[in-house]
Amino acid sequence: MVENRPFLNFLAHLVLILGVVVVALPVWIALVASTRASNDFLQGVVPMWFGTHGPENYARMLGQGISTSGMPPVGWMMVNSLIMALGISFGKIAISITSAFAIVYFRFPFRMVAFWIIFATLMLPVEVRIVPTFKVVADLGMLNSYPGLIIPLIASATATFLFRQVFLTMPDELTEAARIDGAGPMKFFRDILLPLSRTNIAALFVIMFIYGWNQYLWPLLITTGSDMYTVVAGIKRMTTVADTDPQWNYIMATAVMAMLPPLLVVIFMQRLFVKGLVETEK
Amino acid sequence: MKRALFHNKFLPWLLLAPQLIVTAIFFLWPAAQAIRQSFLREDAFGLRSQFVGLANYRALWGSSEYLNSFKVTLIFTVSVTVLTMVFALLMAVAVDRLVRSEKVYTTLLIWPYAVAPAVAGVLWWFIFNPSIGILPYVLSQIGISFNWIYDKTDAMIFVVIASAWSRISYSFLFFVAGLQSIPGSLREAAAIDGAGPVKRFFTITLPLLSPTTFFLLVVNLVYAMFETFAVIDATTLGGPAQSTNILVYKVYQDGFVGQNLGSSAAQSVVLMVIVIALTVIQFRFIEKRVAY
Repeated sequence: MVENRPFLNFLAHLVLILGVVVVALPVWIALVASTRASNDFLQGVVPMWFGTHGPENYARMLGQGISTSGMPPVGWMMVNSLIMALGISFGKIAISITSAFAIVYFRFPFRMVAFWIIFATLMLPVEVRIVPTFKVVADLGMLNSYPGLIIPLIASATATFLFRQVFLTMPDELTEAARIDGAGPMKFFRDILLPLSRTNIAALFVIMFIYGWNQYLWPLLITTGSDMYTVVAGIKRMTTVADTDPQWNYIMATAVMAMLPPLLVVIFMQRLFVKGLVETEK
Repeated sequence: MKRALFHNKFLPWLLLAPQLIVTAIFFLWPAAQAIRQSFLREDAFGLRSQFVGLANYRALWGSSEYLNSFKVTLIFTVSVTVLTMVFALLMAVAVDRLVRSEKVYTTLLIWPYAVAPAVAGVLWWFIFNPSIGILPYVLSQIGISFNWIYDKTDAMIFVVIASAWSRISYSFLFFVAGLQSIPGSLREAAAIDGAGPVKRFFTITLPLLSPTTFFLLVVNLVYAMFETFAVIDATTLGGPAQSTNILVYKVYQDGFVGQNLGSSAAQSVVLMVIVIALTVIQFRFIEKRVAY
């Protein structure tokens, strides 16, 4: 702040409070709706204050779901989402940290070719090659399975570049000292590089968990059986059914549960989250 | 460049193998298939296919639906990007003024990042619900009717707001970081020379923020073009009357719902060219920023 201008400070607070309200409005309305009874949404306007049906709505969605729509309980879909999100985060980190290690610490023929192949993933988002990718996964018999949900999404140029940057800043003296002490490449990787990259791994994990949990198109396509539905993709199937019989209280309870895990991660690991977000874009 | 290296012929390939295999099977092979498919036409049963050269591309250029999708994408992408960035910049500038309460506001503004675009779509659907939603109700009180199920413009406004909302926090964080890297002495010097807050913002802050702004511009354009698929699919399904059918959504519709593989593949290739162009722009710019 350059000079003290009370009016400008007041204006800043005003703008921010309005901004926070706008940003929070959809979630507030969802929270309120999730505590109401179904018949509160038949006419009039959406209620803005809490009702008394919260516990029963959440308990019903977690345990049973809307049976008429053929949806599994939300609890089960959240387990699927969790497996997918953790699989994607661990998988991405594992395969990108080893490839970054290979690219930075070794010289071998076609090294740049390997680098460009990894770079290409950045230019081919799943949305632009949906049909042929679906066909590959179908041919491999991976439809409707956890590997099918996870493996096609774990190749990541951003994560590889992040670790490449981290490794490039590691002092060469460390490597030399390790070699003089007789450590081979894998020992150096395990005992020196991994511990030194701990915070970067944690930051990346936070970002990748959110990315994995929030996947939509891919699970929607390849989960054909309801036992494999993830919660973010499942919620859309609920609204399609709800067109005829809008059970907004249940849909909003599901929405709240679908956003809760990544939300908690962002709030409680804010520092790592910001670090991860800024670093992956370098 | 590393001076200290390890020497081993097989180990690096072993370390790279998982990443390269996954990339080859799930990225490169499907992309190659899309390119191949875009030159072929399959018969109605998918049994035989025949090389047709550029016919699929020419058909796209002649299709009013596809050209409309281009126009829709352009309006949608630009609106989402501008709305997100203006809102985020406003918040970031306000936060930058307040030293003591900065942390609280930041926490309160960054959490929408955690909400999946599909869920954001459903939340805004509820708010914009034509029969019971709060916003159509408020608007009807002042004499404006809002119904995105029938009205094309309303549908566009609806998906733009839902998509921009889930992207605000990202731009906000980068703008805050950008603002904090501007040396305070520059603004102080301008203040001593008699420049007011508004003048300082336009002559000092905004120009010095331009690397961040440009970076966010590219990243947000990519987001609005590709990652908003979920918002569209969870809400308007590209309707009413194609008014929100953006390019990524059309690829999916023609390929999966319509089973028109040749056309869908040609559309995929067009989209790949667009992503590649945007990625190249983004990376060339980042190289420049490092060289500063």
